[in-house]
Amino acid sequence: MNYKWRKLRNKFFIISLSLAAAICLTPLILVTSFILQKGASSLDLNFFTQLPAPVGDVGGGMMHAILGTIYMVALGSLIAVPLGIIGGIYLSEFGKGGISKSLRIATDVMTGIPSIIIGIFAYILLVVPFKTFSALSGAFALSLIILPVVIRSSEEILKLVPNHIREAGLALGLPRWKVILFIIVRGNLSALFTGVMLAVARASGETAPLLFTAFGNMYLSSSPMEPMASLPVQIYTYAISPFEDWQRQSWAGAFVLIMLVIGVNLGARAILNPSAIKEFFKRS
Amino acid sequence: MEQTKEQFKFLSQHKLQTRLSGEFGDKIAKIVMQTVAIAILATLILMVILLVQMSSEAINEFGSDFLTNSTWDPISEEFGVLSFLYGTLITSILALLIAAPISVMVAIFITEILPLKLGQVLGLFVEMIAAIPSIVFGLWGLFFLAPLVRESITPFLKSTLGFLPFFQGPSFGIGILTASIILATMILPTITSITREVFKTIPQHQKEAALALGATREEMIKLAVLRPSFSGITGAIVLGFGRALGETMAVAMVIGNSSKITLSLFAPGATMSSVIANEYAEASAGLHLSSLCFVGLLLFAVTLIVNSAARFIVWKFSPLSKSERKEKRS
Repeated sequence: MNYKWRKLRNKFFIISLSLAAAICLTPLILVTSFILQKGASSLDLNFFTQLPAPVGDVGGGMMHAILGTIYMVALGSLIAVPLGIIGGIYLSEFGKGGISKSLRIATDVMTGIPSIIIGIFAYILLVVPFKTFSALSGAFALSLIILPVVIRSSEEILKLVPNHIREAGLALGLPRWKVILFIIVRGNLSALFTGVMLAVARASGETAPLLFTAFGNMYLSSSPMEPMASLPVQIYTYAISPFEDWQRQSWAGAFVLIMLVIGVNLGARAILNPSAIKEFFKRS
Repeated sequence: MEQTKEQFKFLSQHKLQTRLSGEFGDKIAKIVMQTVAIAILATLILMVILLVQMSSEAINEFGSDFLTNSTWDPISEEFGVLSFLYGTLITSILALLIAAPISVMVAIFITEILPLKLGQVLGLFVEMIAAIPSIVFGLWGLFFLAPLVRESITPFLKSTLGFLPFFQGPSFGIGILTASIILATMILPTITSITREVFKTIPQHQKEAALALGATREEMIKLAVLRPSFSGITGAIVLGFGRALGETMAVAMVIGNSSKITLSLFAPGATMSSVIANEYAEASAGLHLSSLCFVGLLLFAVTLIVNSAARFIVWKFSPLSKSERKEKRS
């Protein structure tokens, strides 16, 4: 084959690769600039401090939805994070028996379940028996989304701990649980925290599992047994409504949500050292 | 002498105590962990049982007709999943056709062409796409992409490929094509990051050997990078497919929700997840709710099969696992 022709083909190949990268980044730039532009211009202080105005009135805010998201994500994390970290420790430290093998498969399966199906499960388990949409069922659904991500990330992080550190602890006569708790877990708290934050960021943007569990609410509520508003669901309701002012607010909501999620995400990554990032993304 | 004996006695007693407490602690720790693990397993099993139980009414009523019937009529209580199955498959396949080549090329660009630091930055940007919540994509799709599809992409496709049945008919902006474009964007980071990991397992000397033989960059990448990682890339693409199948909100907002099967990509449609999202909260108890649960159960089964297939492909054929297995054997 002609040398010039081969060189030309090489150039063409590299140009098409950079084109692909440009195409790949276009939606990211379009989405963020669109939300920044539309969202920032419709954002004001009322958005954070007021409840929605009655239908047809201009103004009002999404304070109840912001608080609702924080409430349910916190409640969900409270359930999922300890269990997830314990599960991750179990997989990395005792990862050979039958139970841990099935736990690993279960985690894989749970990661792949569409979030809407988790919503159906929470509906059947917690909405049907109590006969009301509730914040508790929403938090439960979110916890099922957080759980497999936390298990997976904690397992990956703790597996990176070199074996000689465990052996050193054991050689000092420490029982195994102390080695795990005070050396392995404590020494990797920041990395574990990063995994948790990534999971929480993902859960706080979820809409599908909340649609028919927490449902939504136009007022502020604090009871776990009542329907509760959340930022993603509120954005959805407003976006498909015919009122222009509501659509404007849903952009503002999207702006706040995207800032929240990407902020937490980048912040969490900044804490983590690069090698653990690689390990974490290997399997997610 | 006496003193040392006493000391020894004390020490051994102390040792015995600590060892006992250590063993006791270890036992408790292990029991706690196993309980948690079993509880998580039980939750998953409970999920499947409850789903089956809730959909039993629809299963008894329709049986296997549910799979072949494309009518979805809550008023006369006749339900079939075919049109949603079609919608799910067509949007996901179309999304794959768009996303798979681009994401593999981006992965090559990051790992083989760009300098290390720059590649990491680009990789971070790509992963940021995955961090954007699905509802934000939906909002963007509804107010930006749908008008764009209606006003520029559709006329363009009609004038160039209009002779195909896929590109005929009126366009309202929202529809299968818009949903597929959004899905493609959302699965791009998944395929890219897994493909990058596959590329990392290829030994450096293999690439250097190709270059030393006088191959250009392009030839080296084709021979030494793409060919050995073919199965890994396939696995990544199948995993992206599984992701696309289950995606709900962004699709529900832009697909238009019509339970008609049409060949035209401009027409509105519905997917399995979008119909659940749209109708579940309003469904009065009974056959409608049960049918929606049945749709959910089927979606669960389909994603489970696709995800397991992806894991099987990656596990069975990836060069890493091959070398690992060889090491284990020797």
